[in-house]
Amino acid sequence: MGLAKRIIPCLDVDNGRVVKGVKFEDIRDAGDPVEVAKRYNDQGADEITFLDITASHQQRDTTVHTVERMAAEVFIPLTVGGGIRSCDDIRRLLNAGADKVSINTAAVFNPELVAEAAQRFGSQCIVVAIDAKKVSQVGEEERWEIFTHGGRKPTGIDAVAWSVKMCEYGAGEILLTSMDQDGMKNGFDLGVTRKVSEAVPVPVIASGGVGNLQHLVDGIVDGKADAVLAASIFHFGEYSLPQAKQYMAKHGIEIR
Amino acid sequence: MSQTIVVIDYGMGNLHSVSKALEKVAPGAKVVITGDEQQILAADRIVFPGVGAIRDCMAEILRLNIGEVVKSAIVCKPVLAICVGMQALMDSSEENGGVACLQVFTGNVVSFGETLTGAQGERLKVPHMGWNGVKQTVSHPLWHNIEDNTRFYFVHSYHVVTEQTNQIAALTEYGKEFVSALHQKNLFAVQFHPEKSHTAGLQLLKNFTEWDGKP
Repeated sequence: MGLAKRIIPCLDVDNGRVVKGVKFEDIRDAGDPVEVAKRYNDQGADEITFLDITASHQQRDTTVHTVERMAAEVFIPLTVGGGIRSCDDIRRLLNAGADKVSINTAAVFNPELVAEAAQRFGSQCIVVAIDAKKVSQVGEEERWEIFTHGGRKPTGIDAVAWSVKMCEYGAGEILLTSMDQDGMKNGFDLGVTRKVSEAVPVPVIASGGVGNLQHLVDGIVDGKADAVLAASIFHFGEYSLPQAKQYMAKHGIEIR
Repeated sequence: MSQTIVVIDYGMGNLHSVSKALEKVAPGAKVVITGDEQQILAADRIVFPGVGAIRDCMAEILRLNIGEVVKSAIVCKPVLAICVGMQALMDSSEENGGVACLQVFTGNVVSFGETLTGAQGERLKVPHMGWNGVKQTVSHPLWHNIEDNTRFYFVHSYHVVTEQTNQIAALTEYGKEFVSALHQKNLFAVQFHPEKSHTAGLQLLKNFTEWDGKP
């Protein structure tokens, strides 16, 4: 028996409600985050990721109370992200019951935050979230860049090189989201997933684009990811976690 | 019977998860997060957690004199050490260039290294993060109602090695076989996080809250 690949349902939370949009638009309501997390916990989720999707640009940091309620009922690892700018933000979330925090925009503008946070809280709880978009043209060598602010702002930074740099700064895990695929249900961007996975020493979570169970398998087998993250296929009942696990096991993936 | 369980606080990391999990499995118990010597010594049982870098953990343990308190508690009441708490009980750790630890268990803490490979020769990532099987090597009250080879949640880059095989309570496979649990009289130590290991983890914590400290 070896380490199991993880399936991580993601709750995108806006103003205390779980939502999921297509390319960050057209948001649908999917329930109370604590209720949803509890359901996933009971169904055998390996972790829960909680992203406050509007925090970064609306200065919203009201997630702490939701995290506290969730941590009292969910006994699997909980990662919280969205709008984290300082070690104080991180401390508040960890004290509220988060096991890991995910730093996105702030890491781009202030990479020292990742180093300082890893030093103070340990790499094991510092996830760096990377939103990548393919910028190469057809026929060119494939290249992906980092985007911030929910995929709206390009940075000119190469996604693979950035991932490596973030690990050197102390990231314990990379949450890699393909902005081209997010909400599109066409599967992960396997190219960037594999490139990043092979380049970094730490686990990589593939995110963005899951529309069916084969996509989860592809992320692990072809994308070489250590964990797969999905939101809408679980929220709206298209598939259940046990179904996803069964499917992955059938395709030779070690799961819990 | 109401009991007091102290989760030792020495300023390192998130103790909320473990105290919430204890409250869940022992509804009648009083769970206290504290670094206060008197409260620790007065408790019925003790959880000794730890996350982050061992150098920082040991520095705080020594600064607050927690080490001596833990050592005096260990001789008389049930103690559960978790993750870096377990590592802190060894002789020393090679993390952070070498750190002396509390020398309760015989053995050391070493890195998984950067060239770890799996059964098919694939590269294994470090930290060892996620759900892995725990092979019980002894029959013990803390394994009560937990099937052998059940998966628990791990997150760590360093692991315990010991030649004192009679201390080992469980082994786990990640590129090599490493020690995932230790036991000694009224002391039990785990490398994984029971507070984050769902049903099996809660069962282990429940077993701990009911344990009389005998092997």
